[in-house]
Amino acid sequence: MEELLEILEELHSDVDYETCTTLVDDRIIDSFDIVTIVAEVDERLGVMIPAEEIIPDNFNSAASLWALIDRLQNG
Amino acid sequence: MRQKNVLEYLEKTVRELPDKTAYEDADHGLTFQEVYRSSRAIGSFIASKGLYNEPVIIFMKKTPEAVTAFFGSVYGGCYYVPIDEEMPRLGTDLILKTLGAKLMICDKDTREAASALGFDGTIADYDEASSFPEDAEALTSIRSRQIDTDPIYVVFTSGSTGVPKGVVACHRSVIDYIEDLSEVLRVDRDTRFGNQSPFYFDACLKELYPTIKFGASAVIIPKQLFMFPIKLVEFLNEKKINTICWVVSALTMISGLNVLQKTKPEYLKTIAFGSEVFPIKQFNRWREALPDTRFINLYGPTEATGMSCFYEVDRDFEEGDVIPIGGPFSNTDIILLDENDRPSEKGEICIRGTALTLGYYRDRTRTDEVFVENPLNDRYRELIYRTGDIAYRNERGELVFCSRKDHQIKHMGHRIELGEIEAMVSGIDKVVLCCAVFDKEKDRISLYYTGDIEKGDLDAALKDGLPRYMLPHKIIKLESMPLTPNGKIDRKKLATEAAGK
Repeated sequence: MEELLEILEELHSDVDYETCTTLVDDRIIDSFDIVTIVAEVDERLGVMIPAEEIIPDNFNSAASLWALIDRLQNG
Repeated sequence: MRQKNVLEYLEKTVRELPDKTAYEDADHGLTFQEVYRSSRAIGSFIASKGLYNEPVIIFMKKTPEAVTAFFGSVYGGCYYVPIDEEMPRLGTDLILKTLGAKLMICDKDTREAASALGFDGTIADYDEASSFPEDAEALTSIRSRQIDTDPIYVVFTSGSTGVPKGVVACHRSVIDYIEDLSEVLRVDRDTRFGNQSPFYFDACLKELYPTIKFGASAVIIPKQLFMFPIKLVEFLNEKKINTICWVVSALTMISGLNVLQKTKPEYLKTIAFGSEVFPIKQFNRWREALPDTRFINLYGPTEATGMSCFYEVDRDFEEGDVIPIGGPFSNTDIILLDENDRPSEKGEICIRGTALTLGYYRDRTRTDEVFVENPLNDRYRELIYRTGDIAYRNERGELVFCSRKDHQIKHMGHRIELGEIEAMVSGIDKVVLCCAVFDKEKDRISLYYTGDIEKGDLDAALKDGLPRYMLPHKIIKLESMPLTPNGKIDRKKLATEAAGK
């Protein structure tokens, strides 16, 4: 989770990722951010997020994104 | 008969295909008849206010109604200026000040934001304007006064001093562009455009005008979908979209996330792209997935009305190659000028032709800097537009884009002056020095600064002042700024550092 938060904070250092659950709905992150997140998660965590998992629910909060990564890693 | 006015496209098509849907978004559409009636109503509304040849600000969501409001402004003998909620507050304030407009049209979703802008003209609701009784006599009289060098829109682009420049385009240039572009894209009645570009740029001309010229259809793709590639492709298929003119980053988002291996856009016949270099690896994924689709690279500055050059991909490209920008549209000429203003095989792209816009709104100085007398012609008055882009001719005679003369960059399809970012950052309290650099390879902007302000606070301040696409991806606080022997900020050093990380 630490690593993921680092990736997210590099993108937007003014967002409180611990509490925010509307990253997509409130347009806090955009398409460029999604592409960056997918690339960084692959590079730094070694987890490939497949296209069918790139849906709003998985990207609305750091927690849901982490749950996805966890599922991909251990599922 | 000679065409003088862009609305003649609509008037011809509405007679042939009144009930066909012209523009639609995810929720609803408007037929040519509805677009025609409502835009005439809006024109009549504008006439009733006694406005003529005045800017009309269109502050609306990206909907079929917004397009109708554009045409309505032209029916009223005025020119439209689209602004958007996504534009940063400071930029919008400057634009409003520059324009000095008397009328703004908003919709129910933007009403509140419109009232908060401190605009001192009249703010009208779209519903009010579009239900105004048509005054055919007034519209006929307006039409008889209009000539084809009258403006139809003003769109704003980034300026290095932080003050946006409003590019003014007239009927003649738009008609010229639409005729040539439609031929290249092979637009006809069956064309279904999938619009990606925002309405506040000239990029959307590509869909809006060929649609009324041919009785085609344009689908406005919800912006949210550009974050979720599979849903985006599903939407393209659901709407049977066959023609797209997108920024490269929208295309690479799909191919880069390996979507094409899972699902393909089934109806796409023509993919035009531009404004950025298409990474060949990504490009080849598209070509492999859609071998029968035509791929067209477009190039052109806003100042020369949309696009000026095109290249239809006719051979294979390997990694390391650059897809050329090809050659100019039929009624446009490109000259490459070297540092001494002599014709050259490599040099600044200069554009000659009807496509040249009328220059920058209320900004004679900056207009005269780039719309200049053709240095190759000492016999009569002839303007060219100096793009600041450097290109060369390859062995096939095709133009290939190389670089910029200045600190302007292309990022996510937008033209950005790094100086504009710096001007904004310098204005923030407690920032001492700053420098923005661009890593072309990774398509990222990095911002270096010194001063007594934390990164998070600076980031938050930037979001108020800069549009989304101009926000730096990385902000780095420095103890001291590296300087060149002349005492200037050492851009090269910072750029190397940004690229190295």
